[in-house]
Amino acid sequence: MTRSRRAVTTVIALILTAIMLFPLYWMINVSLTPPHLLRKDPPNLVPIDATFAGYDKVIHEQLPYLGTSLIIGLGTVALTLVVAAPAGFALAKLFPRGGSTLNFVLLVAQMIPGIIMAMGFYLVFNEWGLLDTIPGLIIADSTLAVPFGVLIFTAFMMGIPNELIQAARIDGANAWRTFRSVVIPVSRNSVVTVALFAFLWSWSDFLFASSLNRGGDLQPVTIGIFRYLGNNTQDWNAIMATAVVASVPAAFLLVFAQRYVAAGVTAGAVKD
Amino acid sequence: MTMSATRTPASADRPRDGEGAAPAVPSPGERRRAARRQQLVAWLFLTPVTLYLVLFYALPLWRNVDLSLRDYTLRSFITGGAEFVGLDNYREIFTDPTFPTALWNTVLFTGLSLVFQYSIGLALAVFFFRRFPLAATLRALFLVPWLLPLLVSSSVWAWMLNSDSGVVNSFLQTLGLDPVFWLTSPDWSLVSVIITNIWIGIPFNLVLLYAGLQAIPGEVYEAAALDGAGRWSIFWHITFPLLRPVSAITLLLGLVYTLKVFDIIWVMTRGGPGDSSTTLAIWSYRLGFGGGSPELSLAAAVANVLILIAFVFGLFYIRAQRKALRS
Repeated sequence: MTRSRRAVTTVIALILTAIMLFPLYWMINVSLTPPHLLRKDPPNLVPIDATFAGYDKVIHEQLPYLGTSLIIGLGTVALTLVVAAPAGFALAKLFPRGGSTLNFVLLVAQMIPGIIMAMGFYLVFNEWGLLDTIPGLIIADSTLAVPFGVLIFTAFMMGIPNELIQAARIDGANAWRTFRSVVIPVSRNSVVTVALFAFLWSWSDFLFASSLNRGGDLQPVTIGIFRYLGNNTQDWNAIMATAVVASVPAAFLLVFAQRYVAAGVTAGAVKD
Repeated sequence: MTMSATRTPASADRPRDGEGAAPAVPSPGERRRAARRQQLVAWLFLTPVTLYLVLFYALPLWRNVDLSLRDYTLRSFITGGAEFVGLDNYREIFTDPTFPTALWNTVLFTGLSLVFQYSIGLALAVFFFRRFPLAATLRALFLVPWLLPLLVSSSVWAWMLNSDSGVVNSFLQTLGLDPVFWLTSPDWSLVSVIITNIWIGIPFNLVLLYAGLQAIPGEVYEAAALDGAGRWSIFWHITFPLLRPVSAITLLLGLVYTLKVFDIIWVMTRGGPGDSSTTLAIWSYRLGFGGGSPELSLAAAVANVLILIAFVFGLFYIRAQRKALRS
């Protein structure tokens, strides 16, 4: 392409991106619009008289929800890594009999609609006393990430040279030590990828939160937003401010961990 | 795919049962013992995931099947017992007038979402495949809608599509068009949630198809260009056919994920007005958790119908993936 044509292409790309991201702009715009201007027709395209009242409300009313989401997210990351990393190592390097069956089961598991899991968990948690609790939500949310995690770890660990593992063996390390001191350190990238996605999916979960934690004291931020939506007053300024804050992890991921994101999307190609 | 492509040519699905025993050990007896030991170690590493799958997948799934065969009432929560009623719940949902509506809405929602997500995603992938300044950055920005919590994107769209104060109707009016009752009219509610779902799904299609384009060797294009093929005919006769395995995977995965979409519809319309945007997933949720007296057994029956549909297409997906990996 000539230089000018490339410039034209960039301009077209900018316009397409602007159209695609317009809803995000609109979210920010509304989050800064004072409530009395929200019903104005036509709406203001830029926040005139910008107000931070919505964000003020977030700080006063949504902090507990955000904190709960954070704790559940971190718990989901921990549980997912503990379950998925050893499994990935075994499937990639230890040649277990029945390994391909397990792979198949994991592929099928990630296709199960969440509503079905929610219903089953509801009954099981009812018996175990895990309804309306944070551990309950951590378990439920981790089912979104564990099959994906095993897949990523297996794919990545297959790429670790066998010589590296044999060298550790010759130095007298048993399988567990090899896993802990050789395999995990060189798999740092896949650990980051799995952790990021586990956190993001748990943070975004609404289905499990709304079915398994209907009356708990500690509810995640998706429920916080949904509460606002359910109010008859529907204060869209505050709703959008909460939405902006709830989007922070996604923005963070995109800015600081973009290569992990692309790897995650293509590697397992999973998400619900 | 990216990771395994850059780091290892091996695939995660290759059967490798018994294929790589421990490094050479002298006598056959010792070798057998070493192999058995290795199996034991391997399964020790697989113990957490196996326990996990049994406790947190198999058990809830089984309880769900069991639930759908019983008459579970509020009292059952306390007493724990519920009468076994066989297939009564299934009979009840199949004769419910909501069933055909929910099934048809599921087909429409899934089908239309996929067609548009895929074609827009493919067009964008081909577009971004050309080299131009900022291409990588802008492509990354396209990912944002996919990373946002669904609840966030659905709330934003709900407000944008608001009949009175939404920016979409305001835009239509400046074009001289009549406002549309996006979320409150039975004719438009399904369209509204489909539009939102397409917007969310475009990034996923773009990324997968872009990775597919990268996998096509450049010489193919060069040869075609030498033969004097135009850009359009290169796309139709070379790019598109070569992209078929990736397309199949993208579409089938998209299908399995679209079948389970819940958050978007629940936030924007709650399946209404009436049943106009009720899909099977929404219907199941509404029966079980939607307020009023919970009909958990019926909800479980609907959910099991949904899982059957998902499984059928899931198997197609696994087959397509195996095929793509072999080629």
